[in-house]
Amino acid sequence: MSSETTNGGAPGRRQPAERRRISLSAALPLVFIGLFFLYVLAFLAGPAVSIFVQAFTSSDGGFTMHYVDQLFGRYYAKAYLTTAALSAATALIAVVAGLLTAYQIQRPGTPEWLRNAVNSFAGVAANFAGIPLAFAFISTLGTQGMLTLWLKTVGLDIYGAGFSLFSFWGLVLTYLYFQIPLMVIIITPALQGMRREWREAALNLGGNGWHYWWHVGIPVLTPAVLASFILLFGNAFASYATPYALTSGLVPLVPIEIGNLMSGNVIADPQLGNALSLGMIVVMGAAMILYTLLQKWAGRWQKR
Amino acid sequence: MAEAVTQSAPAPATRKARSGADLASGLWILVVAAFFLLPLLGTLIFSLWAGGSHYNLSNYTKLVQSPKMWAALWLSVKLAIYTVALTMVLLVPAVLFIRLRAPWLRPVLEVISVMPFVIPPIALVQGLTGLYSVPGAALALPVWFVSRPEFMVLGYVILALPYTYRALDVGMSALDVQTLTQAALSLGANWGQIFARVIVPNLRTAILGATLLTFAIVLGEFVFANILLFNTFAVYINYIGQVNGTGAAALSLFSFFVTWVGMLGLLAGGSRGQVRAGGVG
Repeated sequence: MSSETTNGGAPGRRQPAERRRISLSAALPLVFIGLFFLYVLAFLAGPAVSIFVQAFTSSDGGFTMHYVDQLFGRYYAKAYLTTAALSAATALIAVVAGLLTAYQIQRPGTPEWLRNAVNSFAGVAANFAGIPLAFAFISTLGTQGMLTLWLKTVGLDIYGAGFSLFSFWGLVLTYLYFQIPLMVIIITPALQGMRREWREAALNLGGNGWHYWWHVGIPVLTPAVLASFILLFGNAFASYATPYALTSGLVPLVPIEIGNLMSGNVIADPQLGNALSLGMIVVMGAAMILYTLLQKWAGRWQKR
Repeated sequence: MAEAVTQSAPAPATRKARSGADLASGLWILVVAAFFLLPLLGTLIFSLWAGGSHYNLSNYTKLVQSPKMWAALWLSVKLAIYTVALTMVLLVPAVLFIRLRAPWLRPVLEVISVMPFVIPPIALVQGLTGLYSVPGAALALPVWFVSRPEFMVLGYVILALPYTYRALDVGMSALDVQTLTQAALSLGANWGQIFARVIVPNLRTAILGATLLTFAIVLGEFVFANILLFNTFAVYINYIGQVNGTGAAALSLFSFFVTWVGMLGLLAGGSRGQVRAGGVG
């Protein structure tokens, strides 16, 4: 904060006006840096602290565990478990499918146009979520969706067979539309980092393709794949708009429950919503820490 | 995996294994392509459906003639413009000055830039309202402000931060800002001139990228608007979806193209930024 003093080497000899100009130009960076941190403090850190405090505040202003305890009660624990199961299922499928796709795309034999098309489409699809994604799937696989009707004309009644877009597995299918592309995007650099020479070295030492994968490929990729899983898990955990439009609350998910408490569909204390948000921040924070550690581990192979 | 065939195997067997692997990988690509293209195709056909066996553009013309649609779209565009403006004023000088004067703060900035993933939109809107807008809030802002949709811009800047920060940081990495600003300062320029004539023109691509990304994010934003009951574009699509499925399909397709344009921004912002798209980190 005292960088004004470091700037004026010999303040006594300068004209006052010039000195003022110099100290102003030295203060300007501080003002803007300070302004940014103030904003983050007010509209990012502040809300987080507010959630934390209110989750533990009783209606008469004292400390209480009442609301946080409810997270472990049957109803909300189920919401957390369902959200976690949904996130884990979509992350797991997307990790496998995304890895396979990225591997096929990065193989030397793949035509360049296909590689470019997949990469740019992945960028768009990974960010195509929310309400429009939900309606794209309703238009295709809803009860009156194009694919549903078409399959019916060829004698396959998917809704009669027990499928529903508006169920847990319907949500999984819809989430995969942004999860798989995200996996392709984040795993591609790791796949590109696998040198051709490693494989040649393994073959020269008398190994075969299987040896290469077992001793080199899989160990090198493991941290990156685990990190991707965590990232996809967190990505699905926080989704609100897609399940809101698809299931209208039929599948109990944490973000939907928070929204319901906030928009007043349920008469309840605001503290409960804050407690649910706090639980969510804890999950996302843990995911972020794990992700950072795994990224560091994965980075070992990419430094050189 | 087909390379597991031993090296001493005769050529035809290897070739057969190879063509089998090629077939499998071709099939896989086909399955993936079907999964990703069918919903788009389904949405397109559904958006053209005009009842019975009629297909035409009537759903689109109906939307274009709907003043409600334009009002919602305009509200979202307006919020996006405010978000971009506030982001640029806050972020461009801060990122620049931290690089120049306080590089030790850069790791802090990196951590801040991923915090919006740790505090997801639904939690952020809860915290913001709890702190600033509900009756009896600790730091209650004036009611005339928190009851306006512009209130959401305060949060949108945070939601877009991971993307805008990355785009600007990548842009500045490509510049030698230290030398540029020192040269300008020694020629007698003040900070205003440095921003207007040196930094902003050199960061054109990064700023354009950050702007397009912010537009895509704000136009698709549903959580804040739905909870605070403002009729933005995404909320309107959801409303249309309850009453008119074909109209929602048309708007969804439009949103897909908005996302596409936003991603052009990501590409403009540098390929390093692409790695971080869409996820928590």
